Amino acid sequence: MDRRDSLKSLLVGSVAGGLLVTGCTPDAPDTPKPAENPGLPGYGRTELEKEHDRKVLAEVFLNEHELETIAVLCDLILPATAMTGGALEAEVPAFIEFIVKDMPQHQLPVRGGLAWLDNHSLKQYKREFKKLEIAQQKAVCDQIAYPGKTKADMMPGEKLFTRMRNLTLTGYYTSKIGIEDLGYMGNIANNWDGVPQQVLDEHKLAYEPEWLAKCVDLNARNTVAEWDDEGNLLNK
Amino acid sequence: MQIIESSKTYDVAIVGSGAGGGMATKILSEAGFDVAVLEAGPFFDPREDQYRNQFRWPYESPRRGASSDRRSFGDFDAAYGGWNIAGEPFTKHEGTDFWWFRSRMLGGRTNHWGRISLRFGPLDFKRKSVDGLGDNWPIGYDEVKPYYDKVDKLIGVFGSRENITNEPDGFFLPPPKPRLHELYYIKGARKAGIPVIPSRLSILTKRINHERGVCFYCAQCGRACQWYADFSSGTCLILPAQRNGGKVQIFTEAMVSEVTTDAEGKATGVTYINKLNKKTCHLKAKVVVLAASACSTARIMLNSKSSVHQDGLGNSSGLVGRYLHDSTGADRAVFIPELMNRKIYNEDGVGGMHVYTPWWLNGAKLDFPRGYHIEVWGGMGMPGYGFGFNPNDLNKITGGDTGGYGDSLREDVKKYYGSVIGISGRGESVPQRDNYCEIDNEVVDQWGIPVLKFHYKWTDYEVKQAKHMQDTFEEVLSATGGTLLGEKPGKDRNYGLTAPGQIIHEVGTTRMGNDAKDSVTNQYNQLHDCENVFVMDAGPFVSQADKNPTWTILALAWRASDYLIDQVKKRNI
Repeated sequence: MDRRDSLKSLLVGSVAGGLLVTGCTPDAPDTPKPAENPGLPGYGRTELEKEHDRKVLAEVFLNEHELETIAVLCDLILPATAMTGGALEAEVPAFIEFIVKDMPQHQLPVRGGLAWLDNHSLKQYKREFKKLEIAQQKAVCDQIAYPGKTKADMMPGEKLFTRMRNLTLTGYYTSKIGIEDLGYMGNIANNWDGVPQQVLDEHKLAYEPEWLAKCVDLNARNTVAEWDDEGNLLNK
Repeated sequence: MQIIESSKTYDVAIVGSGAGGGMATKILSEAGFDVAVLEAGPFFDPREDQYRNQFRWPYESPRRGASSDRRSFGDFDAAYGGWNIAGEPFTKHEGTDFWWFRSRMLGGRTNHWGRISLRFGPLDFKRKSVDGLGDNWPIGYDEVKPYYDKVDKLIGVFGSRENITNEPDGFFLPPPKPRLHELYYIKGARKAGIPVIPSRLSILTKRINHERGVCFYCAQCGRACQWYADFSSGTCLILPAQRNGGKVQIFTEAMVSEVTTDAEGKATGVTYINKLNKKTCHLKAKVVVLAASACSTARIMLNSKSSVHQDGLGNSSGLVGRYLHDSTGADRAVFIPELMNRKIYNEDGVGGMHVYTPWWLNGAKLDFPRGYHIEVWGGMGMPGYGFGFNPNDLNKITGGDTGGYGDSLREDVKKYYGSVIGISGRGESVPQRDNYCEIDNEVVDQWGIPVLKFHYKWTDYEVKQAKHMQDTFEEVLSATGGTLLGEKPGKDRNYGLTAPGQIIHEVGTTRMGNDAKDSVTNQYNQLHDCENVFVMDAGPFVSQADKNPTWTILALAWRASDYLIDQVKKRNI
């Protein structure tokens, strides 16, 4: 599949079932598997929430053309690198498809903004945005991607682009690929024993000895705490 | 349609399963009482996978953990509900404001709070003696201290012995070491001459028994801990009370509408709606403990009218719902250039701050009464919805374009990840008789129960306190060497003072006192007007200090439960 075809298969999947369908992404086994209900992950929901999620997943708001345009924008905003997947591999268009339904405040700005983008592209290049050559798409983006430098009559484009950049980045960095790219290392059982010495040195900081003396000794944490009558911990 | 009567009469009906209700459940069931706990929401136990939010990744939520009107603090927060409960509205008097956070689930709002567990100090019980405003409590620190001690040992709280006036030390577990952003805060605070000490949170950095686990530093207390290494009422009080063989019957989805009374005005039980089948039920009980949260309890009492209690149960003083007060709050953030392009390591830590600043100006001449403490936040946390928005706005400070697209955005996100530190002031307001909730006779909820209407305005005291917070924030954050973010809020914005209710420390609606004309309960949380009804949430607080209320709710509920047991033994109830 070429890039555009894979884009399309991504989107058709998401529109059809609210499912996260992978196009060319090779590591499909790693995508989170919905627990019971397709499209409804088990993540500690109340009945009311399950009902809401089900309803939103079944809704259709953005049409195929809009979603394809969004995918083109996502790919421009956060393309793949030699090292890691981009917004498309992270299935950001499917996230945006959902979030625009889930947060209705996005709906008119996204729909209207995309229509403005096509109007503008048609005027300037006689073709809708998604069908422009990449160089032309970038030329349009250059006019709307830099707040503070946008011409007054291009402001609707800036508004759309800023929203799409925000949603693309947030969708990406909350995906598995994006979290790996960021390098976040938590969300696991851990032993916090202070800032690594090398980092302290780099920042020219040090723990105050009196402060450190108060802190937990991780080796003793499984011994049941005992105090004297004054409240002094006897077995730190 | 008829009311379904409970087949048996319980020794005690406890309304609400949060901090106060949980403590009452534990103490009273262990004393041998046959206890019914009525909770308006569903069962919740984070140990069971179906309720688990801990260790979820953002992509397990289709909205990536965003907040919604179904869960105000986001998909992964443990607390159901929040500022809005579908079908259960409340109203506000025109020109006044109040935000009401409710959590309908076993454990109530103890599933939500930040685990900050501060004792009130000697001054906090006697503020009128200090500044002439409001009222003193009928009890002082010495009366509550033994119960704080017991709560510390039973539930566990880390902290350090500091011997600071009005910040009493307790039986502490050792605190965790500060994280990098907290070291920057310490540096700024030291330069500004403001104290900073290890925080005091009810998280088990060390084992306190063999039933609960020890913290493994995932920073997710707010999502509820599967290993019970943090405090919540369900996991640490109610479920253990049941497991230990106590006679504890939990009624979930039971929305209590009123306390029933007999011809003499004595409570006979509670009426509730079973939310699952919408049937009205009556549960008979010899004693009723109201612990539904300050405002919900006031609502139940005001809705419990009878020939004896014509203005609502326990309301002969007319004070039920009055003196409602919340903490003040204001925030500011700073960007620290030295924290750009950080070396990444796991610094999740405990679920909350490792250091904080207690109030340091008792006795100083200021243009406002009472004080506040400062909380600190920052670090390389797990991304959620909103992460990456305006990814390079900080270029305005460091130089370079904002906006753009392509690979440079990846660099921007990494450059600024973990480079901002925020601080929040949480302060004591002065209780006002004219800040109150009452029954709105024109609106009912979906269960047919008349709702609350709120009347609340801050006074100049709170506004001036917020101004002082902002000046302090500016001083401390500037001393970190960073660049302060956003405009300093001025008078036009009340210096960034949060709206009433937003800090979720609302207390005072059934305040305690020795004079039945001027208070709703006595010093043991027992209604002056009805000897077999107790209020064990934060309603009886006379004033709320700058401390988070939970530890004091727990201590007072234990103390009140001991008194209740004693009164039953003496056949006074």
